[in-house]
Amino acid sequence: MVRQKVRAQTVALGFGLVDQTKIVTAASELARNTLDYGGGGSVTLEVLESDQRVGLSLKFTDQGAGIANIELALQNGYTTGGGLGLGLGGAKRLMHEFEITSEVGKGTCVTTVRWRQQS
Amino acid sequence: MSLSSTSKIADLLEKNETELLRNWLTELEASGLRRDDLMRSTELNQQCHEFLRMFRSAAQHENFSDVQAPEWGSVRQLLTDISRDRAQQGFTPSEVATFIFSLKKPLFDQLKRELAQQNDLLIDSIWTVTDVLDQLGLWTTEVFQQTREKVILRQQQELLELSTPVVKLWEGILALPMIGTLDSARTQVVMETLLQQIVETGSQVVVIDITGVPTVDTLVAQYLLKTVEAARLMGTDCIISGIRPQIAQTIVHLGLDLSGVITKATLADAFAIALKKRQLTIVSKASQSV
Ligand SMILES: Nc1ncnc2c1ncn2[C@@H]1O[C@H](COP(=O)(O)OP(=O)(O)O)[C@@H](O)[C@H]1O
Ligand SMILES: [Mg+2]
Repeated sequence: MVRQKVRAQTVALGFGLVDQTKIVTAASELARNTLDYGGGGSVTLEVLESDQRVGLSLKFTDQGAGIANIELALQNGYTTGGGLGLGLGGAKRLMHEFEITSEVGKGTCVTTVRWRQQS
Repeated sequence: MSLSSTSKIADLLEKNETELLRNWLTELEASGLRRDDLMRSTELNQQCHEFLRMFRSAAQHENFSDVQAPEWGSVRQLLTDISRDRAQQGFTPSEVATFIFSLKKPLFDQLKRELAQQNDLLIDSIWTVTDVLDQLGLWTTEVFQQTREKVILRQQQELLELSTPVVKLWEGILALPMIGTLDSARTQVVMETLLQQIVETGSQVVVIDITGVPTVDTLVAQYLLKTVEAARLMGTDCIISGIRPQIAQTIVHLGLDLSGVITKATLADAFAIALKKRQLTIVSKASQSV
């Protein structure tokens, strides 16, 4: 569901096919983490427009267990859930801006942006 | 609710069953619910008759306020069967509920006649009948809903299997063209079907084509890798084809390691590799005759 919404939004903003795929994939990774590790949460899409550029911001919030060591969680191959451990780091590499805040026992919030390529 | 209203109703059902049945059927016909296109009228008569019989014997307990009570068990069972049948025959939930609601008028008419001089008792009785028939009508709707949900679930299951065809390209070569988003339920089915087909056909090479998959995230990749691994354990090589440029870029950024798998841009390229693995060549007729 998130995937379809994000896809539609990237198309509406005129992102190219490669960018669309990158953003949708990152959204898919972060949404799954929110579900699997955060016990579910919310997603907010926001269009960022400044004088020169247009971007899409995605914000994933959950009230789950939180992440004790964010640096470790971002490392390739680190997983506590039997995954490939590439979701968090991969999402960061697929996007331009990536910010993660988390508190153990309180929850996690990931905000990430990708700007549209200047044509 | 006075005791006499409940005993009055039980009494009336006992006495006037034949007339009730006749009026009920007339009522059903008037409401347009005799759907001869969907069910035979003898079947409807049978069901009405059966219902009245069970309704009457449940009524002997004079408990009209709770149809979930044990004495209403057989009535509920009958309505469950009827509702289920009709859900499958293509009736709407309103049509099924109206089967019960249309019994109100014939019953009210009789009560009015029998209790013409006893206004309070008449009102009590009408309330009691309304209450119990409403509950039973809602029961049919609930069962109807559940039946539809089961049908939808089954259809989803069938669609899942349909959307993952394993096709034989050549003796010993299978292809699995995957289309659409891969969720865990679907990938599970794909994997099982593929491994089963490998055994049944004794194939040595499988081409998994992902041209129709819009995104490959780490979960999809994990499923693909597991499938390749399982096939390999069975002595079968897998080739993944249809990796489009945008997917290739995403895979690189995610840091996915597909180095252990043969990957090709197109299904045609993959087929060529598969033929080579089987030590087969395609020769053009022209060059053969030279
Ligand atoms: N929203 C979250 N809440 C709690 N823990 C998380 C969250 N997202 C990620 N993590 C932790 O970070 C680890 C790495 O995540 P990720 O890179 O997506 O790999 P994977 O999902 O394959 O485990 C997870 O195994 C989990 O322990
Ligand atoms: Mg993940």
